[in-house]
Amino acid sequence: MMFVATECTQTSFKDFTLIMPAISVGNVGQLAVDLIVSTLNMCRVGYIHTDCLIPMAGNNPYATFAENANDLSTNAEVYSSPELRLAVLQIRTPIIQTKSKKFCKLMVSWIKASGFSRTVLLSSSHAYQRDDQQLLGSPLRYLQTPSMQKVTGDRLKEMEWREMETVSAFPGVTDSEQRLYIPGGGATKGLFTDSCAEDIPMAVVLIFCSEGDNIPDAFTLLNHLNTWLHLVDAPAQTQPKWRIPASWRLLFGSGIPPALF
Amino acid sequence: MATFFGEVLSVYSRAVEEDDDDLDAENEDEQIHREIEEKREVHIAWCTEVAQSLEGSGSNKLQCSDLIIAVGPNAAGFLSAYVLNTESWDAVGHASLWNERSRGSSRQSIAPLPGEPACLFYRHRDNPAVLVCQSTCYIAEDQLFQWTEKVFGCLQKRGLSVMVLSDSPVAEYKTPDYLYGSAVPFLRSLKSSASKSQALCPALEQPNILTGLPAAVLSHCQVHQIPAVLYQCYTDVISPDSITMETYKPVLLCLSKLVKLEPCLSADVLRKFAIITEAQSNLYT
Repeated sequence: MMFVATECTQTSFKDFTLIMPAISVGNVGQLAVDLIVSTLNMCRVGYIHTDCLIPMAGNNPYATFAENANDLSTNAEVYSSPELRLAVLQIRTPIIQTKSKKFCKLMVSWIKASGFSRTVLLSSSHAYQRDDQQLLGSPLRYLQTPSMQKVTGDRLKEMEWREMETVSAFPGVTDSEQRLYIPGGGATKGLFTDSCAEDIPMAVVLIFCSEGDNIPDAFTLLNHLNTWLHLVDAPAQTQPKWRIPASWRLLFGSGIPPALF
Repeated sequence: MATFFGEVLSVYSRAVEEDDDDLDAENEDEQIHREIEEKREVHIAWCTEVAQSLEGSGSNKLQCSDLIIAVGPNAAGFLSAYVLNTESWDAVGHASLWNERSRGSSRQSIAPLPGEPACLFYRHRDNPAVLVCQSTCYIAEDQLFQWTEKVFGCLQKRGLSVMVLSDSPVAEYKTPDYLYGSAVPFLRSLKSSASKSQALCPALEQPNILTGLPAAVLSHCQVHQIPAVLYQCYTDVISPDSITMETYKPVLLCLSKLVKLEPCLSADVLRKFAIITEAQSNLYT
């Protein structure tokens, strides 16, 4: 995997926070990342050029005016906001199935080499796989690696966030070992376990959802994340205002022929 | 996913599922994976002359000022009819690969037969820095990056410009206003940031994107700061047809600056490259 910087930009990520999505059910992580880049007007600082992702290209998805509309965009790009010491990775295409493990390893080694102080992985999990307890209350969960625990302490518990429950390796068998299970989470578990092994401070923030119109899920996840990271200021008791990017038009298809009705 | 009518539909999710069995991959599995990977490898075979030039140059790279890639039967047909129709082009190589839809690699060293889906390279005799690639075979998602790296790995990056012509079904074109039949086929363009040339048609509007070989090539050019321009032709005809091929004509303006083109093409020549679809059955006529 190569991080290739765009020209004339500083590329030191030392002590930055990295936010990245997992390709997961409803693409909620990716939608949330789109909102972050669009709202904070982040500037592209590099590409992730790898054989692990399906190729894709298109015009600038965050275009706000004619001049910047024609910047070519690729399948994985890194955006930065130096004032907020924030870097954001957006991944726009699925991971090639046979390359999932390789992708996790390369991602983890890039995170380590770049010196990010912490990484936040936005993800989602199949709502239909919830057990009885999970059906009640908030659909939001978090996980943190031991290194992240050292950085945040009990902050997330104090904010009454719920940790993702483990499942029994052999359901119905008492005393069977507990393991992490994130159905529909794509590479979330792989990235998380590799980060634990490499002592990377990483937090996973995920939401239970189903495929469909996942824009509300993206907003829910992002507002929840904002209560911790304060990416955008919001007056008390109100939700922050996020800017929807131009690329979210026509998510459900083209205009309908008028003669149809 | 539950619908309003109460039934539960199993919906395909784009999330790649974690396969826990992978954690304890046996040596046998690893070997099978490796063999499949080798079978799916992309091979670029150059003719003797070009292979010798590659070895002769210190960096193992060809001098190339312009690379023109045609992806799809209409783009390839257009190039065959308007550009490759003179005697000044030599076939200099081909890419062979195997996947479920393209079974070429069983004959790696032998060039594909005419008319077979393939990936062929041509070089202009008077201006050997101009290369044309016609790609009519299916390149799988996991082979696109490899194809691009191997082809561009043979070319000098300095002074290189790339042009891609690509076919696409108009059904994939998203627009808020319904497209009436008379508007189709039409061209849209995309450029890498390093490209300073004027595009000959409107830019591809959001939220439309490129996939497949054109996307892989353009991404490579964007990341490596190579000037590249792509012309995508949206058409409502599945098979190659002369009207769709003619839609690429504005591109001749740029191509005529690189190589001498044959003027005044007759419609008969174009028709030769279009496939005539015959009615399979007269059951309903």
